[in-house]
Amino acid sequence: MSKKEFYPPHDAPHSDVEHIKIRSNYLRGSLEETLKDPITGSIPEDDNRLMKHHGSYMQDDRDLRNERAKQKLEPAYQFMLRVRAAGGVVTPEQWLMMDTVAHKYANGTIRLTTRQSFQLHGVLKWNLKNTIREVNDSLLSTLAACGDVNRNVMCNPNPFQSDIHGEVYEWASKISTHLDPQTRAYHEIWLDGEKVVDSSLQDGVEQEPIYGKVYLPRKFKIGIAVPPSNDVDVFSQDLGYIAIIENGKLKGFNISVGGGMGMSHGDPKTYPQVSKVIGFCTPEQVIDVAEKTVTIQRDYGDRAVRKHARFKYTIDDRGLDWFVNELHDRLGWKLEEARPFEFDSNGDRYGWVKGSNNKWHLTLFIQNGRVMDDGDSRLMTGLREIAKIHTGDFRLTANQNLVIANVSTANKKKIIALATEYGLTDGIQYSALRRNSMACVSLPTCGLAMAESERYLPTLMDKLDPMLEELGLRDQEIVIRMTGCPNGCARPMLAELSFIGKAPGKYNMYLGGSFTGHRLNKLYKENIGEAEILESLQPIFAKYAQERKANEHFGDFVIRAGYVPEVLDGQQFHA
Amino acid sequence: MEIQATNSPFNQEQSDWLNRLLPTLSDYQRIWLSGYLSAAQSAALVSAGSALTIAEAPQAVGQAQAQALAPVAKDVTILFGSQTGNSDKLAKKMAKRLEGEGFEVTTASMNNFKANNLKKISHLLIVVSTHGEGEPPDNAISFHEFIHSKRAPQLEGMHYSILALGDTSYEFFCQTGKDFDKRLEELGATRIADRADCDVDFEETASEWMSQVSGALAKLVQAQSGAAAQAAGGASIQAAPAALESEYSRSNPFQAEVLENLNLNGRGSDRETRHVEISLEGSDLTYEPGDSIGIVPENDSRLVDELIAYMGWQQNDNVIVNKNGEQHTLRNALISYYEITVLTKPLLKQFAETTSNAELTELVGEGQEQKLKSYLSGRDLIDLVKDYSLKGMSAQTFVSLLRKIPARLYSISSSLKANPEEVHITVRSVRYEANGRERNGVCSVQLAERVAAGDKLPIFIQNNPNFKLPESTDTPIIMIGPGTGVAPFRAFLGEREEAGAEGKSWLFYGDQHFATDFLYQVEWQRWLKDGVLTRMDVAFSRDTAEKVYVQHRMLEKGEELYKWLQEGAHVYVCGDEKRMAHDVHAALLEIIGRHGGLSAEQAAEYVAQMQQQKRYQRDVY
Repeated sequence: MSKKEFYPPHDAPHSDVEHIKIRSNYLRGSLEETLKDPITGSIPEDDNRLMKHHGSYMQDDRDLRNERAKQKLEPAYQFMLRVRAAGGVVTPEQWLMMDTVAHKYANGTIRLTTRQSFQLHGVLKWNLKNTIREVNDSLLSTLAACGDVNRNVMCNPNPFQSDIHGEVYEWASKISTHLDPQTRAYHEIWLDGEKVVDSSLQDGVEQEPIYGKVYLPRKFKIGIAVPPSNDVDVFSQDLGYIAIIENGKLKGFNISVGGGMGMSHGDPKTYPQVSKVIGFCTPEQVIDVAEKTVTIQRDYGDRAVRKHARFKYTIDDRGLDWFVNELHDRLGWKLEEARPFEFDSNGDRYGWVKGSNNKWHLTLFIQNGRVMDDGDSRLMTGLREIAKIHTGDFRLTANQNLVIANVSTANKKKIIALATEYGLTDGIQYSALRRNSMACVSLPTCGLAMAESERYLPTLMDKLDPMLEELGLRDQEIVIRMTGCPNGCARPMLAELSFIGKAPGKYNMYLGGSFTGHRLNKLYKENIGEAEILESLQPIFAKYAQERKANEHFGDFVIRAGYVPEVLDGQQFHA
Repeated sequence: MEIQATNSPFNQEQSDWLNRLLPTLSDYQRIWLSGYLSAAQSAALVSAGSALTIAEAPQAVGQAQAQALAPVAKDVTILFGSQTGNSDKLAKKMAKRLEGEGFEVTTASMNNFKANNLKKISHLLIVVSTHGEGEPPDNAISFHEFIHSKRAPQLEGMHYSILALGDTSYEFFCQTGKDFDKRLEELGATRIADRADCDVDFEETASEWMSQVSGALAKLVQAQSGAAAQAAGGASIQAAPAALESEYSRSNPFQAEVLENLNLNGRGSDRETRHVEISLEGSDLTYEPGDSIGIVPENDSRLVDELIAYMGWQQNDNVIVNKNGEQHTLRNALISYYEITVLTKPLLKQFAETTSNAELTELVGEGQEQKLKSYLSGRDLIDLVKDYSLKGMSAQTFVSLLRKIPARLYSISSSLKANPEEVHITVRSVRYEANGRERNGVCSVQLAERVAAGDKLPIFIQNNPNFKLPESTDTPIIMIGPGTGVAPFRAFLGEREEAGAEGKSWLFYGDQHFATDFLYQVEWQRWLKDGVLTRMDVAFSRDTAEKVYVQHRMLEKGEELYKWLQEGAHVYVCGDEKRMAHDVHAALLEIIGRHGGLSAEQAAEYVAQMQQQKRYQRDVY
């Protein structure tokens, strides 16, 4: 494939977004003004590009789009606000704050994301400032939750090995802080911070020492896994760290680079990729590695074509060896040889466990990460009640679930009582398939969505469950994921079974990811509706039920059975 | 003017004679001569041809007289005070009629009339409507004030009559007309015909008043000038039908097809506002921005059926609906012909008299005004017949007490230039609960629930000369129109866009919620982008902790607003009268006082001046 020839050379004219960033005076643009414009609930596209770096972007309720156009009303513009917390750890006070702002300013629900962040939907332009201020008042932030910067640093919440988790989490926080944008724009716009007179240079010192005034060519994602759990899908990250624990001690991290999910339908030059392990570093070296990796992408990433700007293409275009050499040059030292590790799953373990610190941890199943009260289901209220008495912390998992962590033995009973009262569940009443499911938000708010996801997956599940039940597969763990577009927010390209939206009611069906998240899946059927999904899956499940080997996972089976070939590198994803 | 062969129908010899004769005539002789000539002319035409010719001919002669002879048969001044244009229209109709009868008529709106000329007038006719709680319309305010002040002159030599317009469903029915009638009498003027108080279906009463006044004027002139004047009066009766105007009017509405009917309020709103697009194709009806359309509504058949069932009548029995003996089934008559949803004092009085119901008689009796007032509000005929057990009345007796269903007027929200052969309206559905029942606005809920694209609606155009764009497209305009009050401004901007207007424009708009109640939002956005609309300020009262309204936005922008006023901007206010228009008026005074450094009196004078110059126009209801 001649993909390198297809894209413009490195010095080709930069894309519009690059110019917007340059002109923006460190992410200010005309946001101050356009946020106040009382005639529209929207902001101009240029400002929206900048807005992402502040942790928010404009959406509209697509369910109402046509109806409102007829009514001579502008689309129901609203903002998605992403609140990040490194490693997904928040205090009960912070949980209560999120609950409050969700009701006060958003649509009354909280979305736990696949990157251990919170999302609020439906925030009106006029309420953004108050929402962001209240988030910051409780020491959380939205800065750099989206945009062409390093995003929320993911980290395994690991309730089993709580001391190791504590140490790894520290490093996640440090990396995150180190890579935060330094611009004062965020404080000026949202927190009424003092205006910096000449913000381009202060005493001749660059205001953004790592990013520069154009920031990165695209988003950049970092995640840290603690084996044997690969819940953070470390191979999907631009930069992944795999904790190496020897004799119960954190020795350091294997480093993997160049993963990423997003692609475009019909453009085979875009593809999901799994990262490659390139070596090992000590804990003290992780920040240096992160910074130098980010600067390499800053300097070599493609700024002409945004579809081709992710780090994975920089590496694939130039080769892994080139990257390792460049990294060693910038570090001034060399990585050690990667150390052995083993993952057993990329899912969550539900229910109560006792950590090594003698505290208790409860992992709750949150369907598609949506925290809300809905009829009889009083999930949101239950969590609020728990937050009021909880003395430990809350941990958002990479699979959109929630850990109520560090529960003292004294408090455990109360929390069990509240969980029972409000129907909070470890998901045991559901099939193992459903407990291993993820869906992105998609319609009605996501502007990229081509098909339903969060609103549809539970319905599809209702139809798959009886099939599995009949085949005796109810308790067989199978990772299933769905997204409304090929951007890959729910990391569907790593799932054993996944659906990626093509058009309303139509999905591409993929098979063959691994249970541990180290392998990409492969397109099995294109552009199919529900009936065909069920028809296609039934015989595969049936065959799996009959012919699987002991402990053979579904993703491995479909490859052995010849439904799809194995894909260990993204460049073979479309092959 | 000297009569010459070149500027008159006369040859040189005739011209010379006339020029020699005319300057020698006394007033009395001139009047006599003019009457003599026109009567002779009319009589000749009657014998010669059709009525249509009569209708046109006297007018032509009249014009020739005015130019050539300038004989003053008798002058009549007609002053009108009009909010929606009805008084204006009637005044002009009367003027035309009297001119046809040989009178020299001066017609003016009250704010265009120089009050110190009042003393010189010998025959004064006033056509005036009443607004809100018995208040004069905007263009009558200053004259009303003047005539009630000490500065008003004694008017012993004056003859007058008043045509008052109003609505019996308001407590102070025709109050402004009554005020003028009483005051002119106090000032010594002589009433030549009794004041006529018109209800919303004013045409018949107005027409009777016109005949009476015309007759009375003729008698007056006869007394002064003898037989010739009588001849003039005689001719006028023949000429009266000439007043008929276009084919479609209030009394002959056009059956217009509805092209589009949609709710402008987004999902989740407490409100419903219908945007209705109506075709004028085939009607030749035209309008200007600021005009209204009248819709003759139909009652909700569910109410009609309930009433008929309760009274034990038969739906298909025929009833006579007017003096001409026209018959309809009871059900149709109650749906299409009569008002059944509004109670008025005169109506209750008639029911009391007809039924001799003791309780009802007591309610409409002396000293019960407060009780009556509270009974009238939020009740309809179904309540009346149930509350006072009026079962047993015959359907014919019942309907003969009812008033004809009045047409509803809506400010037009389209520009004819921008939407040829179409008219758009913007109508908020009126729904509320009162006295244990859901109540619906007759026309607004008909539009919301019972009219779809393709249906026909009987409509007519109601001109409103008191709500018009400035003559120059360069003049800045400030428009204040919260809620459906924004309707005419959509027409204004559409018109200005078509005209390529250069003048600045500024719109103040408000409602409850930004997200759902921003009527025509995308159109304002486009006009702002294209520069057709220069500025827009909005107030959404339920989006913030403290309620904000348009007047607050005006005050916030007071300095700039005053600058616009100083640049000659016209100010237009449309919408709710009771609260909004008053608050906006107060805000305007405050802005002028504060930013112009004027005292309260001076600010009031400033605004009065603006009104005088037609720079402050209101269409409030």
